[in-house]
Amino acid sequence: MMDTKRTTFNNKLLPYLLLAPQLIITLVFFIWPAAQAVKSSVEREDPFGFSTVFVGLTHYKRLLADPNYLDSLLRTGVFAVAVTLLSMGLGLAFAAAVDRLARTSRIYTTLLVWPYAVAPVIAGVLWWFLFNTSTGIMPYFLSQFGIKWDHDLNGTHAMILIIIAAAWKQVSYNFLFFLAGLQSVPHALMEAGAIDGAGPVKRFFTIALPLLSPTTFFLFIINVNYAMFDTFPIVDATTSGGPAQSTNILVYKVYQDGFIGLNLGSSSAQSVLLMLIVMVLTFVQFRYVERRVQY
Amino acid sequence: MASIDVEKVGKIYTGGVRAVTDINLEIKDGEFIVLVGPSGCGKSTLLRMLAGLETISEGQVKIGSRVVNRVEPADRDIAMVFQNYALYPHMTVRQNLEYGLKNRKTPKAEIDARVTEAARMLEITQYLDRKPRALSGGQRQRVAMGRAIVRKPAVFLFDEPLSNLDAKLRVSMRGEIKRLQRRLGTTSIYVTHDQLEAMTLADRLVVLNGGQIEQVGSPLDVYHTPASTFVASFIGSPAMNLVKGELQGDKLVIGPAIIALGAYAPTPGAVTVGMRAEDLRVVSGDEGMPFTVEYVEELGSQRLVHGLVGDQLLTIALSGEAEIAGTMRIAVDPARLHFFSADNGKRIVGTSEAAMAVATPSPAPVG
Repeated sequence: MMDTKRTTFNNKLLPYLLLAPQLIITLVFFIWPAAQAVKSSVEREDPFGFSTVFVGLTHYKRLLADPNYLDSLLRTGVFAVAVTLLSMGLGLAFAAAVDRLARTSRIYTTLLVWPYAVAPVIAGVLWWFLFNTSTGIMPYFLSQFGIKWDHDLNGTHAMILIIIAAAWKQVSYNFLFFLAGLQSVPHALMEAGAIDGAGPVKRFFTIALPLLSPTTFFLFIINVNYAMFDTFPIVDATTSGGPAQSTNILVYKVYQDGFIGLNLGSSSAQSVLLMLIVMVLTFVQFRYVERRVQY
Repeated sequence: MASIDVEKVGKIYTGGVRAVTDINLEIKDGEFIVLVGPSGCGKSTLLRMLAGLETISEGQVKIGSRVVNRVEPADRDIAMVFQNYALYPHMTVRQNLEYGLKNRKTPKAEIDARVTEAARMLEITQYLDRKPRALSGGQRQRVAMGRAIVRKPAVFLFDEPLSNLDAKLRVSMRGEIKRLQRRLGTTSIYVTHDQLEAMTLADRLVVLNGGQIEQVGSPLDVYHTPASTFVASFIGSPAMNLVKGELQGDKLVIGPAIIALGAYAPTPGAVTVGMRAEDLRVVSGDEGMPFTVEYVEELGSQRLVHGLVGDQLLTIALSGEAEIAGTMRIAVDPARLHFFSADNGKRIVGTSEAAMAVATPSPAPVG
């Protein structure tokens, strides 16, 4: 580790004062709600909100025995894996393409980053329009190949729609990181590869990609977390979890059961479970995968 | 094994910057050529054009009998050792050595044999299963050499391979490169800015300046008959003394001093006079030039004495025990003087040793 400059404060209060804004935001918007969620996940409220009863782990037990919940869990898995693969694959492909450009790479980089600036709900609406069964251009295009697109009735189509919409927004982010990663691969290594008889494609897969593995690993975690946590607006704006629960991923189900179904206890339990899943995933990834990407 | 023909080669980068101009070189099979020059003289660009890492803007390059201008680096039958080694950090030493062979679909048994042989030759056998980051600079350098050797290419290209090593290691690796090249007999082109490295390694030196060849020749040729003031000041340490002088008949005037040249005098006028530090000697009495000592550098085996003749700086190399006074008189054998044009710095031909060699044996033709 590098020796960094160390600032000393004479005033004992000042450091805490400087940290306060961040701490207050974290407390009010993260810790407190999370604590509330844990608390209400072990309580049961009567329909009119007059009384609450402590019920222990009842909500959790019910959830884990509920086929609907398990089904949603499975769909979330499919969704998260698909979004991660699609957005990372495209991000990498774009990055590799731009990396080979000598002059106009800046323009492409700027253009490719734009989707990231689009609010998720707008991204959802955008793709909803593109795939709109009556007016969208994509169903028209697909009908030329004999595919009858209907995400209002076909669960698979609906899932594909939210995967595309969610992945599209994340491609920019992955692209930026992959591009930076590719550009930091020493030029001499690629030249050595060229002299060693590897063509551009082979060089990419045997030299650049292995060297990118720390970036890839980092993006993998970020993308899985994104797909599980941050995709609520996209689902809400496109399919609202339908048809027939086919796109009701965990993060959306929390909202639907809690705010639509008003089953606050179960909803809280779900959000706690979701939080645990992400924590476990991140822990497992850092603990076991990271070891193999360091060199 | 191959000869290399470089014909009228030039490099112009996009944007019109000219890096290399009109390079002509014939490199014989098995020869060790060193391209030497200061930073930005185009030596690396020239090497990279031979390697195929830069396009050739002008002229043509032949390796063996084949024009390679449009041939991919992989198909030129060359191997290159890079300045920063360019070892693949995610592969073990063995995988680094195997990579080029695997890409060429060499049979497994052959790969193993070659890797074992190269590792033994370079004494890196015990590191074969390590990653490059677990190796020292010198070991990495060996691996980089190994990666070139296993391929058994027609030509080795070295791009300042020793410049990242410490001084001591550099000297020993220098010896090893030379030994290895002798043993394998592979045509080699070596780029360096270090004149000592260039002198010790080369069969022939190519001195480059401003993208052009200043001189081509054996190290001793270049040392003893530099073609220009640039070469004279670049090759040899300490650098050759270059002072302004004037030729008057068979006399050379340097500031307050006059040297009688006898038969060696070229055409009269202003010239730049070159003198090697070791060719200057201290004399007694009124002979030679007056020399005012400014400071002394002790090298142990030698002392380098810096001082002035008139108002011009000179360095003389004396033995380690030589006595030094505040002012001395120094002299030089006229045959050891080098004359360069005062206008363009080119060597004035027909002087010094070259002149003697030509002039002495040939009697006047019988008319």
